[in-house]
Amino acid sequence: MLTLAHFLTLGAILFSIGVAGIFLNRKNIIILLMSIELMLLAVNMNFVAFSRFLDSMDGQVFVFFILTVAAAEAAIGLAILVVLFRNRQTINVEDIEELKG
Amino acid sequence: MAIIEIVFYLFAGVSTLAALGVITSRNPVYSVLFLVLAFFSTACIWLLLEAEFLAITLVLVYVGAVMVLFLFVVMMLDINLARLRSGFASYLPVGILIAVAMAAQLVILIWSRGLDSQVLQSSDSGVSNTRMLGEWLFTQYLYPFEIAGFILLVAIVAAISLTHRRRPETKYQDPSRQVRVRRDERVRLVKMDAEED
Repeated sequence: MLTLAHFLTLGAILFSIGVAGIFLNRKNIIILLMSIELMLLAVNMNFVAFSRFLDSMDGQVFVFFILTVAAAEAAIGLAILVVLFRNRQTINVEDIEELKG
Repeated sequence: MAIIEIVFYLFAGVSTLAALGVITSRNPVYSVLFLVLAFFSTACIWLLLEAEFLAITLVLVYVGAVMVLFLFVVMMLDINLARLRSGFASYLPVGILIAVAMAAQLVILIWSRGLDSQVLQSSDSGVSNTRMLGEWLFTQYLYPFEIAGFILLVAIVAAISLTHRRRPETKYQDPSRQVRVRRDERVRLVKMDAEED
C-alpha cells in the first residue's frame, strides 16, 4: 500500500541529501547550485504528492511556477558563474572575498 | 507486494542513490549526470502520482535544457578539482550528522501524524491532467502565470547582458550618436569654379 507518507519520506530524504551536499561541497559553486536544484526537487515532490492525495490541482500549479523560477535562477546563476570565472579564473568560494562581508 | 509498490521503491531507490552520487562525485560532470538520473526517476514517480504534464515538463525542461546548460558550463570551465575538493573529508562527519538528524526528524514527524492512512488509488475523473492544469493556469492563476513569463524574460535579459562581451575589433553602431548628428558633420560644401568641357 502506497500512502502519502511514502512520498513525503522520499521528499524528506532528497531534501536532506541536498542540505548535506551544501555542507560537503562548500567550495564548489557548481555543486552548490546542483544541491539547491536537488532541494527544490524534493519540495516539488511534496507538492505533487499533496496535490494527488488532497485531490486538488493547486499543488501542481505551484510546482509549475517553482520549475519556472528555478530555471530562471539556474540560468542567471550560471551566467554569473561564467562571468566570475572569466574575471577571476576560479570558482572557489574561498577566493571570492572582495566584498569582505 | 503490488506492482505499483515495486515500481515506487525501484525509482525511489534510484533517485536517492543518484542524489547521493551528485554530492559525492569527484568530477562535476558525473555530478550533473547523476542529477539527470535523479530528475528522471523523480519524473517517473510523478507519473505514478498521475501528474503527467509535470513529469514530462521535468524531463523536457529540466533534463533537456537546464541540465544541458549545467553540463555545458561545467565542461567549459577549466577548474582545479583538487583545490575544490579539499576540506571534503573534514566536513563529512558534520554534514552526515546534520543530514541524518534532519531526515530522521522529518520521517518521525511524517509517520507519527497519521499521513499513512490514505492509500493511493487511481482516480478516474475522465479529464486529463494536462487539461485540468491548463484550466487552472489560465483562469485562477492567470496573473501569476503572466508574472512567471515575465520572470523568464528577465532571466533571458540578465543572462545575455551578464555574459555579453564587447570585443574591440567588432564594429557596432552607436544609436545616440547617430541621432545627434548634425548637417555640417555629414555634408561638406566645396567652393570651386565651374568647369568647361
